[in-house]
Amino acid sequence: MELIIVFISASLVNNFVLTYFLGLCPFVGVSNKTENALNMGLATTFVMTLTAAATWPVYHYILMRFNIPFLEYVSFIIIIAALVQIVEMYIRKSSPGLYRSLGIFLPLITTNCAVLGLALFMVLRDYNYLKSIIFGFGAGVGFTLALLMMSGIREELEFADIPKHFQGTAITMIVAGMMALSFMGFAGLLR
Amino acid sequence: MAVEQNASLAYEFKKGLWQDIAPFRLVLGLCPSLAVTNSVINGLSMGLATLGVLFVSCVIVSFVRKLVAPQVRIAAYVVIIATIVTVTDLFLQAKFPPISKALGPYVPLIITNCIILARVEAFAQKNPVLPTMMDSLGTGLGFTFALIIISIIRELLGFGSILNIHILGSWFRPWIVMILPAGAFLVMGGLIATVNYISHRSEARQRAG
Repeated sequence: MELIIVFISASLVNNFVLTYFLGLCPFVGVSNKTENALNMGLATTFVMTLTAAATWPVYHYILMRFNIPFLEYVSFIIIIAALVQIVEMYIRKSSPGLYRSLGIFLPLITTNCAVLGLALFMVLRDYNYLKSIIFGFGAGVGFTLALLMMSGIREELEFADIPKHFQGTAITMIVAGMMALSFMGFAGLLR
Repeated sequence: MAVEQNASLAYEFKKGLWQDIAPFRLVLGLCPSLAVTNSVINGLSMGLATLGVLFVSCVIVSFVRKLVAPQVRIAAYVVIIATIVTVTDLFLQAKFPPISKALGPYVPLIITNCIILARVEAFAQKNPVLPTMMDSLGTGLGFTFALIIISIIRELLGFGSILNIHILGSWFRPWIVMILPAGAFLVMGGLIATVNYISHRSEARQRAG
């Protein structure tokens, strides 16, 4: 039961993009086409789940054990960079088509603050191992959901008559604001 | 020659302040500009912390720019940035505990602030130390300035105050939405549109004149 709550909280109620503002760069950058958004979301979800699985033991069994918590940020970012590299190599070997369609977005997952934010929140909230993995997966699902919805809206926006100064990023921000408002409705799920 | 050099240094400094002001023009560094701008004091301290990290990382990268192999440069830069952010975080925890608590995980998240990696990659690794200093100072100040503007609007409308001093009288009913995430997105959208409007107008005037 608790695991379900962690999942729902990470994906809907405390959606990383719409309440913590994490992962906004890809949210604005990759959300102009639904297909790209879906692929990017899936790759990020995968990396986030792996990150949760890999950083938890490093934090609890290495950093805590040897009493060097000040290395937290450096070691987390190295783990994330290494994971992204491995995922990139794996996708290039196993499905070259997907690799080509993701292109530059794959390495950019390293600088997606949602991934680092996930590791930091996981430590801050003192989750156990299983909860951390569910948390990572849920946050990834929430990220994918927000990205997909945004790309759907933006495809429609191309046909809309937007005032000149609002075109581009400005209207994206306002749409995101409205999405954040509507996501507040999910808050009731946890009470 | 000396005058020319000074002019170019001044240019590197000034371009970050308006022409390339990061959150509005380049859409970089959005996470912190939205997440911690619900009060002016948070926005200001986040801006200054980022300015410090940006300045030190750019200077270090500029010093070692000829020693780092191009294949591993991104990894090397990220480690440099992460180290400086750790120092900044410990400094804030020791000297300004309330600020460190209010900013929470957004201090370590400076590591993944795209402005820093963008300036390092686009400027510091190709230029000598002095222009790099000017460039990072300008970019950092522009970023701080942007955060202050966003947080002034949000705190004024959300609490009726600026820096915790009540400005609007008791007649004012706070707009709760401005403190919530949704308000951050709406203010940001409005500000980007305003910046677009100003630059469109000055472009039009240039064409007319």
